[in-house]
Amino acid sequence: MDDTSGTEKPCPQTEWMIAVRDRRDRTAFARLFDHYGPRLKAVAMRGGASAAEAEDIVQDVMLTIWHKAHHFDPGRAQVSAWIYRIARNRQIDLFRRRARPEPEEIVGEERNADDAAEAVALDQEAARLRAALARLNLDQRHMIEKAYLGEMTHVEIQEETGLPLGTIKSRLRLGLQRLRHELKELRKA
Amino acid sequence: MSDIRHHIPDWMMRDYVAGALAHPFALVVATHVSMCDECRALMGTHEVLAGAALEDVDAAPLSADLRERLFARLDDAPPDHVRPAPRRQGIYPGPLAEAIGAPEPRWRSLGMGVRQSILHDGPDGSARLLFIPPGQAMPEHSHRGLEATLVLQGSFRDETDHFGVGDVEVADENLTHVPVAGPDEPCICLAATDAPLKFSGLIPRLAQPFLRI
Repeated sequence: MDDTSGTEKPCPQTEWMIAVRDRRDRTAFARLFDHYGPRLKAVAMRGGASAAEAEDIVQDVMLTIWHKAHHFDPGRAQVSAWIYRIARNRQIDLFRRRARPEPEEIVGEERNADDAAEAVALDQEAARLRAALARLNLDQRHMIEKAYLGEMTHVEIQEETGLPLGTIKSRLRLGLQRLRHELKELRKA
Repeated sequence: MSDIRHHIPDWMMRDYVAGALAHPFALVVATHVSMCDECRALMGTHEVLAGAALEDVDAAPLSADLRERLFARLDDAPPDHVRPAPRRQGIYPGPLAEAIGAPEPRWRSLGMGVRQSILHDGPDGSARLLFIPPGQAMPEHSHRGLEATLVLQGSFRDETDHFGVGDVEVADENLTHVPVAGPDEPCICLAATDAPLKFSGLIPRLAQPFLRI
């Protein structure tokens, strides 16, 4: 696991996603596909899809990413988290034949040019989390994997693993506060 | 909005994020998150952890032509499943407004001024809106399974605590309670169960199959 403290750039996946969002960059989209495609296929198959169904899901998810790229906000959602959510929605759509209810989006105006700083901060938290995950014992890692990629339910992750989830939650909470504040200012103007 | 004191339990949020939560409860979670930044952050946290699991999963190789097939579709119109996020209507946050599917819920009277509007009823449980007049008590009931109740307007009180707008009470079969609506305005809430409710009184129990409560 890399030690990312001190890096000033977001992770490559985030940069690809921003290039897709801002410039409809097809090379960056191909990189995202090469990176996440095989992972998404593996997750879909763990969820019970056949290899062919899993590839259909990969295509659907990648198309959704392409069309929803303008919603991507790296200060508020880490890229792999954002893609995971899209993939889960798609899988629920297909298998339950009913869309999963989703929360309202908080609609801001044009993004600040400096969302890179917030993206870096969130990426660093995510990198720390992955490092902490790598240090868990095998049973605990399997539990996390099953909890998010399989069908295990009713799990209290934080209590059993001591993962640094509190810091991530505070950062996300802070991002939301800032956004709410900006929206309030906008309405005043 | 910042007055919310009763939140989605951690395990329920994890189940929602992982896609393992039954539809009626997923509706409660999505609606509550629309009202509560604390739980929006909790949801984001579980998603970061899920994203980490996605990064670390053993990848499955793709068919050689999949990328080409995908790129051939990029200029097509967005597929149907790429739909705009739902919008709030009055007291009903986006996901709930979508489930209601009309400007106003279709209320049915349950007597004593209490009304309900069933939004979902299936093998995975039920979701409905309840309208309780000010100061009115709901019949005492315990649960065969899990029940989550989210306040959208007004408030209610039971043996455990007071619940205002945005608060969610999660109760299991161990709780037999008598929710009473607050005195100022009708209490409107979203109630999800994974089994039909059972009432303690004889009459409501007989009426249960007809009323679907």
